[in-house]
Amino acid sequence: MNDQQLENASRRDFMRKSVLASSGLALGFYFNSADSATKQVAKPSTVAETSIFKPNAFIHIATNGTVTLISKQPEIGQGIKTSLPMVIAEELEVNWKDVVILQGDLDPIYGSQSAGGSRSTPTNYEEFHKLGATARTMLISAAADILKVPVSELIAKDSAVHHSATGKHLSYGQLVEKAATLAVPKPETVKLKDSKEYKLLGTRISGIDNPSVVTGKPLFGIDVQLPGLLYAVYEKSPVFGGKVVSANLDKIKSLPGVKYAFIIEGGSNLKGLLPGVAIVADSTWSAFSARKQLEVVWNDGTGATESWAGFTAQAKALSTKPGTEVLRNDGDAKAALKSADKTVEASYSYPFISHASIEPQNCTAWFKDGTFELWAPTQNPEAGQKIITETLGIPKEKITLHITRSGGGFGRRLIPDYIIEAAAIAQHVKEPVKLTWTREDDLRHDQFRAGGFHFLKGGINQQGKLISWQNHFVTFGNKVLKDGKSTLELGSGANLSGDEFPGRWVENCLLEQTPLECNIPMGPWRAPRSNVLAWVFHSFIDELAHAAGRDPLEFRLDILGNKDFIPGTGKQGIPYDVNRMKHVLQHVAEKADWGKKTFPKGQGQGIAFHFSHLGYIAHVAEVTVSKTGNLKVDRVVVSTDIGAQIVNLSGAENQVQGSVIDGLGALMFQDLNIEKGRIVQGNFGDYPMIRINDAPTQVDVHFLKTEYPVTGLGEPALPPLAPAVCNAIFAATGIRVRELPLLKTDLSWS
Amino acid sequence: MSKYTLHINGNIKTVSVASDTPLLWVLRDNLSLVGTKFGCGIGQCGACTVHIDGEPTRACQTPISTLGNRKVTTIEGLDPKGEHPLQKAWQELDVPQCGYCQTGQIMTAAALLKKTPKPSDADIDKALAGNLCRCGTYLRIRKGIHLAAEIATKESA
Repeated sequence: MNDQQLENASRRDFMRKSVLASSGLALGFYFNSADSATKQVAKPSTVAETSIFKPNAFIHIATNGTVTLISKQPEIGQGIKTSLPMVIAEELEVNWKDVVILQGDLDPIYGSQSAGGSRSTPTNYEEFHKLGATARTMLISAAADILKVPVSELIAKDSAVHHSATGKHLSYGQLVEKAATLAVPKPETVKLKDSKEYKLLGTRISGIDNPSVVTGKPLFGIDVQLPGLLYAVYEKSPVFGGKVVSANLDKIKSLPGVKYAFIIEGGSNLKGLLPGVAIVADSTWSAFSARKQLEVVWNDGTGATESWAGFTAQAKALSTKPGTEVLRNDGDAKAALKSADKTVEASYSYPFISHASIEPQNCTAWFKDGTFELWAPTQNPEAGQKIITETLGIPKEKITLHITRSGGGFGRRLIPDYIIEAAAIAQHVKEPVKLTWTREDDLRHDQFRAGGFHFLKGGINQQGKLISWQNHFVTFGNKVLKDGKSTLELGSGANLSGDEFPGRWVENCLLEQTPLECNIPMGPWRAPRSNVLAWVFHSFIDELAHAAGRDPLEFRLDILGNKDFIPGTGKQGIPYDVNRMKHVLQHVAEKADWGKKTFPKGQGQGIAFHFSHLGYIAHVAEVTVSKTGNLKVDRVVVSTDIGAQIVNLSGAENQVQGSVIDGLGALMFQDLNIEKGRIVQGNFGDYPMIRINDAPTQVDVHFLKTEYPVTGLGEPALPPLAPAVCNAIFAATGIRVRELPLLKTDLSWS
Repeated sequence: MSKYTLHINGNIKTVSVASDTPLLWVLRDNLSLVGTKFGCGIGQCGACTVHIDGEPTRACQTPISTLGNRKVTTIEGLDPKGEHPLQKAWQELDVPQCGYCQTGQIMTAAALLKKTPKPSDADIDKALAGNLCRCGTYLRIRKGIHLAAEIATKESA
């Protein structure tokens, strides 16, 4: 190796380690090589009794050859229940048609089961190869014992072990009895397949639950049915932090079908069990109907004065003042701005929005004999169990949590507020009960994507180079008790890293932040922070490019610069591989014929990129804006670098196309107003979501195969969409969108 | 509470429920037909789409007392084997992400194909505009309907 190769290799090694470190996952967790293969626990009750070969918690092979694989992470539409088992199946050399996949319950034997941060793939990918390879190695050893030939003469293929010299072969079903008696080899000793030999990985595999999805079989949390099941609703204060003073419980209890009505005192943790009134009835409709007659006297608390208009005024007043926190201060941004040849100032803002996952939050809980059994559509089952222990004092050994399929997640189901509500109700009634939130509950009691305000200044020198970047970010926080002290804590997803692009790239850079106090709960919304920061920064970069009279692609490549690799410098900064980003940016430009097309007025192209969740992604959008201001996104081209291997090509493409459409929906429509501390909108009538007629005509997805570790795709393809579209709108019309959603800006032109 | 005799998927079912109970909740809570989904309760999302006498209808907006003798088809009854061309196409193209809205999408699309066996993209957008897909599988829904139209043509040939 020459020096350059050595440097590249060590950088790869570093990247790989940083991926693994971020996973917090110890390989040994899955394996227990001291145990023989028959002694593994955690066999779901639905696995056939003949599944006698269990080399680890994830693989069960029966004497009839059926291979049952366990999905550890919850399936929320990201395709993980299909993709991770594909990794095992690849190494196991099993035919996909022989594979049955079961969702594992919450169980520590599976390691972390949270599905968030696009981490499920990077934290499990290498380990899952080893899980499959271990089982394959043992099956080959079993065949060697039976056939009395050396292991080296055997190959595993198509769910069987073959001895080519004699033409003999033994199916996996025939081998499991012998294999079950063998010691499990150490994972580091098993040989993984060469990626050139992959048959399954990188192909298009249809989702494992699709047959059930398209025929309407019960799959989701809301579909759970139990003998004697009761149905609950839970009314909380419309003002966040409000408490119940009284309610007309006697009236409610007298209504048809109502079994119980009671007040839950709750606490002040906006992510926990909040005060409210529970109604439990013999059907969902009885509960919904009774609720219409519920009258609650609330103590609104301090939140009742909050409004979006008020927050906007506060932010504007703060814009000319220094921030309460300096996130980055490189060079002298103010002096550089003064010396600049051209300057641009702009303010950008975006509202609070809801996740609006299509399956409203729900959870079924049964409290009997001091133990809990729950069925939850959750991204974060551990959090559900933990909050029950913390709030209701039930030890985790007495909490069984079944993970159901989720009708969308987008980060919403990382927060277990609906789980603790169901548990608290179940503990009261001691009968099986399903809590169902209405759409109004779901929209108004979300853990919202935080709104925010950015006050930006940029300076360009005579050569057209970006020499100054300033941003005062006015964001949101909640007052929380920490170590007995009341502290203003930034909302989840409401923070800005000083390392966020272009923070590490501009010589003179001043980033400041000021949080506004509010009572509104905030949580991670698909690609937290990035989903709006990419829009703000790549829109403003576009403004600067146009001010400099430079091509927006060339201007971006110039900012990215010539260093290969930019290390993190702040609390949240992680290493940034400049070449990977330049590569996807140049690739997307080429695929979209950037700069080679001429568009009539009303049509145009826009470009943007973003690095998040370890993925390097660039978009080009092509739009048509009618004279009356109607937007149609004609085409989006996406280039991604998420490492050496796409696991399921069909699922990956679906994630990227979904990210584009989700990003476009948030950009065009999603908007929550706040008045008197209440969310104004309540359902899809006043909270429109993107529909098929606004979906782009074409979304071209390109996966660049690189030499880097395999990373996730649930989130990183979303952030560049909004700026690419807004930059295209500018190219088409000369109108710059600086406020979300898009329908607040008149796009008509003449 | 009143007694209602319903024609669901070719079967006669009797339920005792309040007269204003939407068909959606009768299907889900009383008849264990959970393929019809609750998404909004106000007829805006289309997740609860069923056919009533062949017309795509929002089950959440259909009080049980208004049904009379009309025949209801849910996703469970769309095809006896679950092999409607749309169900085949959806699996072949891997249309779903979370999958929650897809039964409603398929029921709306099935009604479209009955009236318009070879729909254009514009036909599809118009017919399916009432069905939200939060995951954004719209491109594959368009493709899936085109593929189902092809499958149906081949099957009838």
